[in-house]
Amino acid sequence: MPRLLTGNRLETGDVLWWAGSDWSLHLRDAVAVDDDGEALIARLLPQERINDLVLIDVDATPDGWRPRSTRERVRAVGPSVRPDFALPSLPVDAI
Amino acid sequence: MYRYDEYDQAIVDARVAEFRDQVERRLKNEISEEAFKPLRLMNGLYLQLHAYMLRVAIPYGTVDSRQMRMLAHIARRYDRGYGHFTTRQNIQYNWMKLEEMPDLLADLASVEMHAFQTSGNCIRNISSDQFAAAAADEIADPRPYAELLRQWSTLHPEFSFLPRKFKIAVTGSTIDRAAIKLHDIGLELVQNDAGEIGLKVLVGGGMGRTPMLGHVIREWLPVADYLSYMEAILRVYNRHGRRDNIYKARIKILVNDLGAAEFARQVEEEWVLVKPLGLDPPPSELARIAAHFAPPVLDANAPVEIDQSNPDFANWVTVNTHPHRAPGYAIVTISLKAPGEIPGDASADQMDIIADLAQRYAGDEIRVTHAQNLVLPHVRRADLFDLWQVLVSAGLATANLDRASDIISCPGLDYCTLANARSIPIAQKLAVKLAPQEADLGELKIKVSGCINGCGHHHAGHIGILGVDRKGEENYQLLLGGSGAEDATLAKILGPGFDENGIVTAVEKVIDRYKTLRADPAERFLDTYRRVGAEPFKEAVYG
Repeated sequence: MPRLLTGNRLETGDVLWWAGSDWSLHLRDAVAVDDDGEALIARLLPQERINDLVLIDVDATPDGWRPRSTRERVRAVGPSVRPDFALPSLPVDAI
Repeated sequence: MYRYDEYDQAIVDARVAEFRDQVERRLKNEISEEAFKPLRLMNGLYLQLHAYMLRVAIPYGTVDSRQMRMLAHIARRYDRGYGHFTTRQNIQYNWMKLEEMPDLLADLASVEMHAFQTSGNCIRNISSDQFAAAAADEIADPRPYAELLRQWSTLHPEFSFLPRKFKIAVTGSTIDRAAIKLHDIGLELVQNDAGEIGLKVLVGGGMGRTPMLGHVIREWLPVADYLSYMEAILRVYNRHGRRDNIYKARIKILVNDLGAAEFARQVEEEWVLVKPLGLDPPPSELARIAAHFAPPVLDANAPVEIDQSNPDFANWVTVNTHPHRAPGYAIVTISLKAPGEIPGDASADQMDIIADLAQRYAGDEIRVTHAQNLVLPHVRRADLFDLWQVLVSAGLATANLDRASDIISCPGLDYCTLANARSIPIAQKLAVKLAPQEADLGELKIKVSGCINGCGHHHAGHIGILGVDRKGEENYQLLLGGSGAEDATLAKILGPGFDENGIVTAVEKVIDRYKTLRADPAERFLDTYRRVGAEPFKEAVYG
C-alpha cells in the first residue's frame, strides 16, 4: 500500500505533503515514500520545521491519492462543513 | 463588568511579552518543538488538523461591546472571518498562525483578555450562569465569586500542574443553567433562614470518558471562607489524584474511589490547616469586586406590554426571551444555531452587530452560554422589536432556544485532532430535519460529540450522540435521557451505533415514538423517557 509523508508547517500550521524534494500544500503533488518514509522522517525531524510528521496509508485512484482514513481526507481537503475553504486535493464529497 | 486592576493588567502584559520571546526563539530554532509545545499550550494555542487553534478565555462567559469588537477584529485580522463559541463559554479561532500570535495576544491584552489556562492540567476558565444578575429566579449574582476564583486560580503556582484539567462552575440560582453537577467543583449560592448567602459545594462531577454526577460535600459554606475551602479541595486532589493514569486522573475518580464522605472528611481536615493561613480576602475585597458587577440602572417604569402583532416577532419573544428580574425588561438569547449552519460559529460582522446591540440596548453586556449561544441580559421589552429587526437582517433571529435545532456540537473531526468522527454535519442534518416540527416537540436538547472526551456534552443531552471510530469508519452511538440541569442525569447508550445517515434516521424514529408516547403535548421528551424507560425507544430504533 502506498504511504505518504505529511505534517504541519511550524510557522502557520498548514497541512503539508512531501512532494519528493520539498513540501506542498496539495495532496495531488504528494509523492509516495513507501519504505523510505522512516528514513525521511529521521532526516527531517531534527530540522524542527515541520510538526507532527507522520506516514499515512493511501490508495492510488484514477483521480489521485485517496487517504484511507477520514481524518486524513479531512486534513487534505479542509473542514467538510466549510467547502468555501476546500483545497483542490479531493472533492469535498470525497471525505 | 469587572475591570482589570494594575495587577491583572501587569500579569497579562508580562505573559504577552514572555510568549513573544518564546515564539521568536522557537521560530529561530533556538528551542525545540518538544520544549515549546507545553509553552504554547499554556497560552491556549493548540495544533489542530488544519492549522493552529487559539482558545480565548471568556471568564464566566461575560464580555462587553469593546471586547466583542476585539473578538471580531481578531476573526477578521488573524483568522478567516469567524470564530467558534464553545461549551466552556470561550471562543476558539481555527486558522491561527504561530508567527502572528504575539501581536494577537497583545491585541487581546489591550481589552483585558487573554488565552492562558484554556489548556493544560490547571484550573480552566470559571463558568457561570449566562443569566447572572438578570434572572428573576436568582438568589445572588454568582459572577463576583467566579471572578475571585479567577484571580485566585490565575497562575496559581501550586495548582498549575494538577493531575488533570480542572473545571469549576458557579451559579446563583436553583435553576441550574451552568451544569454544576457536571463539573469538578460546582458551587451554588444558597440562602439560609436568616437571609445570609452561603455556598453549597459539589465535587466530582464531569463528562468525558467516565461521566459522573457531582456529590454535595458541604450544604453550607460561608462565603467569607470559600476561597480557603477551594484551596483545601484542590490540595487533597493534587496530593491523591491519579497521576499514573491519564484516564483516571480527574477528581471524579478520586472522589468515587474514596467515597464522597471520606473525600469530604479529608477536605475538612485540610481546611483546618489552610484556613488560618489568611487566604480568604476581607469582606471589603469581595465587595470591591461585586461593585464591578452592579447591573445597569434599570427603568422601573419601563413598559411591560409590547406590540406582538408581528407573528414572527411574537414567536421569537416567546422562545428566545426569558423573564428579567425587572418587569419591563427581558433577557434575550441570540441563537447561533440557524438550521444548517455550524453551531456556535459567528462571523466577524455578526460579532460587531451584537456588540452594537449590546451597547445600545443591553447595558453593554454580552454573555456566552455553554450551549454555544449569546445572551443580551438587560433589554427593555419596549426595545425588543427594534433589536429583533436588526437580528433578522444579520441572520441571528432564529427562534429555537432549547428546541430540537438548538444543538450543541463540538468541532469534531472537521477540526479537532482528538476527534474520531465529525459532529458538525450530524448537528446540521438533524437541525434541518427537525426544525419544521420543533415547536410541537417543545424542549429537546440534542448534544453531539466527536469523541469520548465529550466536549459536545453528549452525556447531558436529552438525546446525545457520540462519534466513534469503527474500523476506520465514522460511527455514531445514540444515547438517551441525559440532563445537565438541576435534574441532572447521565444519558445511556440505547444500542449499536449507526453511520452518518443512520444516526439521523434513528433520532427521527426516537422522536416519532416520543410523539406517540407522551402523556400530553406538554410532556417533554426527557420526562417521557424517564416515565417509560428505554425499551419503547429501542424497539422503535432497532425493531
